[in-house]
Amino acid sequence: MKQIVDLQQIRVKRDSREPILDGLPVLFGDMDKNALEEAVRIKEKHGAKVTALSVGSGKLKDTILEALAMGADEACIVVDPACEGSDTAASALTLVKAIEKISPYDLILVGEGSADNYSGQIGSRIAEMLNVPQISYVRELIIEGNTITAVRDIENVLEIVKASMPLVVSVTSEINKPRRAPLSQILRASRKPLNSWTLKDLGIDTSEVGAAASQIQVISNVAPQQDRKGVIFEGDVGETVSKLLDALVREGAIA
Amino acid sequence: MTSGILVASETEEGAFELLSKAHEISSQLDAKLSVVVLGNIEEEKARSYSQYGAQKIILVPQVGARTPDAETYANVLYEIAKEDGPDILLITSTRLGKETAGRVAQKLHVGCITDAIGIAMRGPELVIDRYALGGNTISSEIIKTRKKVVSVVRRIFEANPAPTEGVIEKVQMKIPPPRVQLIERKKKVGETVNLESAETLVCVGKGVSNKEDLGMITDLASLLRGEVGCTRALSSDYHWISEDRMVGISGKRCKPKLHISIGISGQIQHTVGIMTSKLIVAINKDKEAPIFKIADYGVVGDLYQVVPKLNERIKAQNA
Repeated sequence: MKQIVDLQQIRVKRDSREPILDGLPVLFGDMDKNALEEAVRIKEKHGAKVTALSVGSGKLKDTILEALAMGADEACIVVDPACEGSDTAASALTLVKAIEKISPYDLILVGEGSADNYSGQIGSRIAEMLNVPQISYVRELIIEGNTITAVRDIENVLEIVKASMPLVVSVTSEINKPRRAPLSQILRASRKPLNSWTLKDLGIDTSEVGAAASQIQVISNVAPQQDRKGVIFEGDVGETVSKLLDALVREGAIA
Repeated sequence: MTSGILVASETEEGAFELLSKAHEISSQLDAKLSVVVLGNIEEEKARSYSQYGAQKIILVPQVGARTPDAETYANVLYEIAKEDGPDILLITSTRLGKETAGRVAQKLHVGCITDAIGIAMRGPELVIDRYALGGNTISSEIIKTRKKVVSVVRRIFEANPAPTEGVIEKVQMKIPPPRVQLIERKKKVGETVNLESAETLVCVGKGVSNKEDLGMITDLASLLRGEVGCTRALSSDYHWISEDRMVGISGKRCKPKLHISIGISGQIQHTVGIMTSKLIVAINKDKEAPIFKIADYGVVGDLYQVVPKLNERIKAQNA
């Protein structure tokens, strides 16, 4: 699961169009919660141990409590300042080393993409590093013994596929509706096992991760230029509609 | 010196678009341009790719399907791109393409950027644009590894013919059997609609409180000879509108000449899909709704009054 800033609260500097991220609340993205919810449902149906895993910084120790409250049995977090500026390859490496420490595992559930960057690479990269299959974009999951049958959502097509565990599954938001953690669980969350690891605990050299090791260099990251007219009509419905239609005719948008 | 650019797409149109862009870059890089075509296609058909600048058309007869599993697709691309193979891989960012991009990048141990919406040479650097921070920003990035994998959003680039002499090469490679077994493929229910190419798009969101009220929205769209799109809530959560009409970061990205947004607050995950519209009109009762910030014309009012009035006036004008 990935801790991200609350995307709805991002404001942009007027002149430079740079996003202002300082002081924004952090949370888990919706699709990360879909992945966790599916894990908890599998546990409730078939019995399993659910571990929530996240690599991040700062407030992750607090953020991860929500995952425990939603039903994870334990949480493992990797918090290390050297991770700052890691690209997807380095994040995937960090996750894989943590997964190897948690092993054995049957199923790794991830969201189809993080809510902030939506690159969708993490699932593919960890599947490749662990040399296991991946079923991506899953909206329905059935487990029978060691076999997973899944319905994948591929644009205009649904695919029904089968694979054996262990494997990686990435889920879409259609798969379930994540529960809101009940108060009793929120209170219990801080008593569940929480392992906090550094890169050293995972045997990762700081030169393998972080901004210096990044395969990607960001040149600029600013809000797109918007030169919209911003004409607002208010008041009597008949009048506003007339004004709107006049404007659309003037623009050549309607005949 | 770049050893070459390889284009991969599940559809002809997708490949033509990427070839056109790649052709532009390849002439600046002095790189050879190849395309890999999956599925059993005839040589004569394969030649059509050279009309868009492909100097080499690579056929992989052993992979019979145009849409294999991502691991197989990644294995094919890896075999072609490894070692002295092409340095730049451009893959159409369908869901299959995107999954494959991450996988082949990891096989090659190189950097990857998915969902590119812009590619340009800036000096000696290949600069790639993509949405970041949930669509709040556009990030311009460089891949620092020599080999680079980029998945590109459909219909960002135009397919422009650039006829060249293309050589067809049939390759054999060692590919392990797929570990994910396909049982069945079925089309999603609901009509197929091409929202991306609609000239007029009317999008509706949670401001509509009943499914029955969608009638006035479809009326407006048909009066304007446009299509109806919606936010994620109306398709995925309420199931009022089929998913192929969902607009946004995980749905369709549209650039109509006229976009009318009705009862939509304007969360970034949705507006990413309409940001490039020529003209944006927003109807919302909340004056503070973020949608008005990206609108050319906004009407502050109850959609249940505004839309019927709008329909009535347009009908009268058309009569």
